[in-house]
Amino acid sequence: MLTDEMRSILSDAKGAGWLMEPQAKRLLSLAGVDVARFTWARDADEAVGFARSIGYPVVAKIVSPRVVHKSDIGGVVVGIKDDEGLAATFERFRKIDGFAGVLVEEPLKGMEIIVGAKMDHQFGPVLLLGAGGTAVEIYKDVALRMIPVREGDIRSMVSGLKAHRLLEGYRGADPVDMEKLSSLLLSFSNLVMDMRGMVQSIDLNPVMCSSSRCVVADGRIMLNTASLP
Amino acid sequence: MDLVPLFKPETVAVFGVSPIDDRHPANIIYNKNRLNYPVRAFPVNHRGGSFQGEALFTDLSEVPAEIDLAVIAVRAERVPDILTQCIKGGVKGAVIISGGFAEAGRHDLQERITDIAREARFPFIGPNCLGIYCPACVDTFFLASERVVKPGPGNITFISQSGGILVDQMIKFSQERVGLAKGVSIGNKAVVRETDLLRFFANDPETGVIAFYLEGFEENEGREFVTAARECAKPVIVLKSGKSPEAGKAISSHTASLAGDYETFSSVLSQFGIVEAKSHLHMVYYCEALGCYPKPAGERVAIVTGSGGHGVLAVDVCSNLGLTVPGLVQKAREELKARLSAGVQEIASLKNPVDLTGSVIDDDVVETVRYLSRRPEYDSILILLLPYSPGISMDLGARLSQVYRQEGKPLVAYVPHVEKYGMLIEGFELNGVPVSDTIEGAVFMAEALRRYGVC
Repeated sequence: MLTDEMRSILSDAKGAGWLMEPQAKRLLSLAGVDVARFTWARDADEAVGFARSIGYPVVAKIVSPRVVHKSDIGGVVVGIKDDEGLAATFERFRKIDGFAGVLVEEPLKGMEIIVGAKMDHQFGPVLLLGAGGTAVEIYKDVALRMIPVREGDIRSMVSGLKAHRLLEGYRGADPVDMEKLSSLLLSFSNLVMDMRGMVQSIDLNPVMCSSSRCVVADGRIMLNTASLP
Repeated sequence: MDLVPLFKPETVAVFGVSPIDDRHPANIIYNKNRLNYPVRAFPVNHRGGSFQGEALFTDLSEVPAEIDLAVIAVRAERVPDILTQCIKGGVKGAVIISGGFAEAGRHDLQERITDIAREARFPFIGPNCLGIYCPACVDTFFLASERVVKPGPGNITFISQSGGILVDQMIKFSQERVGLAKGVSIGNKAVVRETDLLRFFANDPETGVIAFYLEGFEENEGREFVTAARECAKPVIVLKSGKSPEAGKAISSHTASLAGDYETFSSVLSQFGIVEAKSHLHMVYYCEALGCYPKPAGERVAIVTGSGGHGVLAVDVCSNLGLTVPGLVQKAREELKARLSAGVQEIASLKNPVDLTGSVIDDDVVETVRYLSRRPEYDSILILLLPYSPGISMDLGARLSQVYRQEGKPLVAYVPHVEKYGMLIEGFELNGVPVSDTIEGAVFMAEALRRYGVC
């Protein structure tokens, strides 16, 4: 079930047609999906205050309704080590078209995967799991299932990926926490089912998976604006 | 909607029978049902006249019997009136052969007949279709009997959006001796659609496997179809056309670009335990195998052969399809060896494939298949039988079928299909063991059992 806060996040984004990253992450975390610890800073002091509270290094990303592909315009900076570096980044981002603040968050480690959903004409909501995260279109190593999914579907999605051995700990690497991954996929699927009709497609890309967490590092939710209240 | 009268009619009214044109679809349909099927058929033409010395009925009300099935083969514009007439006259269902509806841009006309039928809960197949072929029961194909290749009776029901594909599939079934329960061409599927038929045939005692040729679903119809398939206890096989991605479609995300229409279709089908046939050829073998064994089996295949080359070729096909060919453990090899005839014991290769060589005799094959049936490390057994080996008799098919019935492990066989080996082949097939005319086909049959298991 969507809460009032979830509904209001969705209707706030109706004008833009998509949820900016901090909106998407707030919505996901309300649905029980683990996201990177972040703040949506409107000024440099707020950004620095948050960075100190979680400790450096941090990641900073532009928040703008006009910027869908942040990296393409230099809107993502990783490995910021101190207050000065963060303040300077903030000032640079301020000049970007449609500036609406800066997302400051913890850096994440792990194996990159993509989790996504789309509304299929014939089958309705469909879940996607893929290896490679941001490089997914190169590997094209993905599994698809109709939502709602059962636990067996999730197991078979993971084992159906060519990269499943990487997830299971290839050549001495720590295996990915499969319970965390399953629970992320299930919570996400439930959210998609609740939002069906309201969204077109969702990319959680990348999701960083390690032996301790499966965390959404970036997320974009494209809305079906015609059917939003 | 009750679909039973469509498939088991006792009385059939054929609308559109021409007094002058013997090749008119309605004439062909009327003739074949009157002459070849156990139904009472009545020819109707609103203009009257006579046909083969009988007066044509001008109206349904003149027909001196209650009609179960109306077959309508008149100009599209006249279909709504006839449909209304049928509903008023208590007809139980119809096949609308006529074209000239949505496929010709006349969506209005199709909507009209759909509304008329829906309101009265009146089932019809079509329009723009061949309709129904029910062996020894009824046949609404407007193709003269002598032109159509009809498979023998069996437990496969094939439902096709395209009439041509259905007729062609019947030829292929016939060549591979796969028996048919019903063939249905649904054309524009205005009222009775794939999911309705899936639910209906799930409860049809003559149907063991439900197979579809599909072009596509309406919005959310795929969801309804796969959900119904999961509830159906029988194997469901689908051949889908239109697999290539639509060019020029705006893609809003990675997910949308990677989850293309066909990729989604194919993944969701297997999620719900539906077996997807990638081609006509696969369709035939999958139907044959699942018609014999409507139960899932795993991917571990034991291969029994009389020729090393056949065994290696079969292993290659297996591994391409994700089937495994696990070896026999030492103890098993010794146990198996002790059961073989003296001439074969020393020269046979008892790994997997088990190569019994050209010196093989019937008893060796029977003993090997029986032994492997009891080994827990195999899910199915593939027999590559070369009837030209001097020690192989024509009785072997029937004997091996016995082994299946006693042991319960699925067998699939390859035997070259020539008349000479007919009795051997029938020994398998008439006793419920599927036989292919190619090595690949036999492996496809083992694959069908494994694919049915994935869900």
